[in-house]
Amino acid sequence: MTAQSVKWFWYASPQTFYPVAGVIARWCGAAAAVLCAAGLYIGFFVAPTDAQQGEAYRIIFIHVPAAWMSMFIYVVMAVWAAIGLAFNTRLSHMMASALAPTGALLTFIALWTGSFWGRPTWGTWWAWDARLTSELILLFLYLGFMALQAAIDDRRRAERAGALLAIVGVVNVPIIYYSVQWWNTLHQGASVSLTRAPSMAATMLTGMLIMALAFWMYSIAVTLVRVRCLILENQ
Amino acid sequence: MLEAARCIVVRDLLVAWRRRSDVATALLFFVIVTSLFPLGIGAEPDLLRSIAPGVIWVAALLSCLLSLGRLFAADHADGTLEQLLLGSAPLGVIAAAKALAHWLVAGLPLVLIAPLIALQYDLPAPLYPVLALSLLLGTPVLSLIGAIGAALTLGLRGGGVLLSLLVLPLFVPVLIMGAGSVDMAAAGLAPDGQLLLLGALLIVAAAFAPWAIAAALRISAE
Amino acid sequence: MLEAVDLACERGGRSLFRRLSFALRGGELLRVAGPNGSGKTSLLRILCGLLSPTAGAVRWEGTEIRRLREEYSKQLVYIGHAAAVKDDLTAAENVRITCMLAGHRVSPRQIQQALDAFELADLPVKRLSQGQRRRAALARLLLSQSLPLWLLDEPYAALDAAAGRLVEELIDGHVARGGAVVFTTHQDTRVRASRVIDLDA
Repeated sequence: MTAQSVKWFWYASPQTFYPVAGVIARWCGAAAAVLCAAGLYIGFFVAPTDAQQGEAYRIIFIHVPAAWMSMFIYVVMAVWAAIGLAFNTRLSHMMASALAPTGALLTFIALWTGSFWGRPTWGTWWAWDARLTSELILLFLYLGFMALQAAIDDRRRAERAGALLAIVGVVNVPIIYYSVQWWNTLHQGASVSLTRAPSMAATMLTGMLIMALAFWMYSIAVTLVRVRCLILENQ
Repeated sequence: MLEAARCIVVRDLLVAWRRRSDVATALLFFVIVTSLFPLGIGAEPDLLRSIAPGVIWVAALLSCLLSLGRLFAADHADGTLEQLLLGSAPLGVIAAAKALAHWLVAGLPLVLIAPLIALQYDLPAPLYPVLALSLLLGTPVLSLIGAIGAALTLGLRGGGVLLSLLVLPLFVPVLIMGAGSVDMAAAGLAPDGQLLLLGALLIVAAAFAPWAIAAALRISAE
Repeated sequence: MLEAVDLACERGGRSLFRRLSFALRGGELLRVAGPNGSGKTSLLRILCGLLSPTAGAVRWEGTEIRRLREEYSKQLVYIGHAAAVKDDLTAAENVRITCMLAGHRVSPRQIQQALDAFELADLPVKRLSQGQRRRAALARLLLSQSLPLWLLDEPYAALDAAAGRLVEELIDGHVARGGAVVFTTHQDTRVRASRVIDLDA
């Protein structure tokens, strides 16, 4: 066992991690606020008006980063779950449990903003396009994870059952995504996707990346605060 | 190893035979659900023909889900699950045997009944083999993936509904490919792609699901 | 043969036992005593491999049972609280299936002998009384005499005097032949245990 690996397991103790989490959470929260302000400024004031969709397209500065993060968080959650099952560390399981509500929230935001985008652009509040449908199924996966953990009284069984579900889910997510893509082409033809972003001006891409970063910092901050609560609960 | 697996399949089939009415009820559910759609949507022949594959597939999904709740619950209640966990064969093999028994009792009959439902919906005759084949390839996948959910939700309150929430998102690819294959055939295109994908899903599920089921059983039985 | 090293068990936030160690050799009979809720069943399940201990390990012939998995399961019989019989099958079918699952074939004659010894008719188990079901579960002991380790949870519960004596004889016989038996009970029995672990202490 090298000194490096010993150090990791030291941080894996909830007591040691508690203060570290607090510090990181504060910094990430501040970073999130700054990045969010910058991103929204770019999105709403700096980026040019789109030729086809007018001002309504600006909602992608929230919709697309939220969608990216919702998928990213699911993968991270599954990684923590796998670590928890492999090394039997409680903190890993707590991280997975703490990530789920944030992931679900971002998925919901992606769905809601997607709906707002659809209304002025295509006239419907909901369109069964590939991305929105995949996001909907992802929301069900998050809610299923949370529901399973809530339904089990024994903490250890709850953590391990949720972890297995997350791993099975993450393996299925690409399969679900591609099958939904195919389903969409079958039933709506290869026509324009509702949520296909307009061709990117550089400022638009920058704006979306900054917002994605902002969401990422926000997720880290909120997850760590939640982990601190879980540590306190489980002492 | 195969002895133990065969023994479990035979045991489950024997128990299902002695509780024939339970099995028949689940199949009756399939028939009833498919009868509800025309009542709710209207019996316009063209409409029914176009929704038939989807309706039959969704009903198959729900019917499988209904019987999945019982997969491990009875064994858990009378203590035989612990004996399965202590069996002489690897738990993955035992899990695969349970899933196979479930499919034989809950999935295969659907494949046989589906043409009758297709008749009710006036599906054109050339589509029947595609429908049957898609169900034949897809229902085992439902049994395998559903068994993971059944093992995870073993003994929990609100188990049946929770099982649905966990497992239905995972069923989506099978539903899309299964119903899609019949839709492709209905449009005059070859359904080969979708059927092959279903076959691939079956192979992957058969290879990996048993170990997930075994892990879930160990987690739940502690 | 069987070795428990520093076992600890926590259930529902409560610590049941800690730093429990013992070694069991062939020909020894270990009795686990203690009031209800003291962790007797949990200890037995840990010894089977059904439950993971919070700390410590169980070793069979030197190797951890976690690594052995079904190699270890093949060497033991575990009869727990629940009767572990299928209601819809007959007693004979249940015994046959349980034995086949454990990996050894038994002939119909042997099954009949076991049922006769326990005075069981070949009826579907759901028609049997509580005591008869318990006897149906224990019938496999007669067919498991070649397995070195027996783990029995409350084997005398719900049994009448005659059946109880039969179980005592079987346990004695098994130990005399060099097998090891671990059993829990909170009744007094006439079987003299080589060792007693009291979880109340």
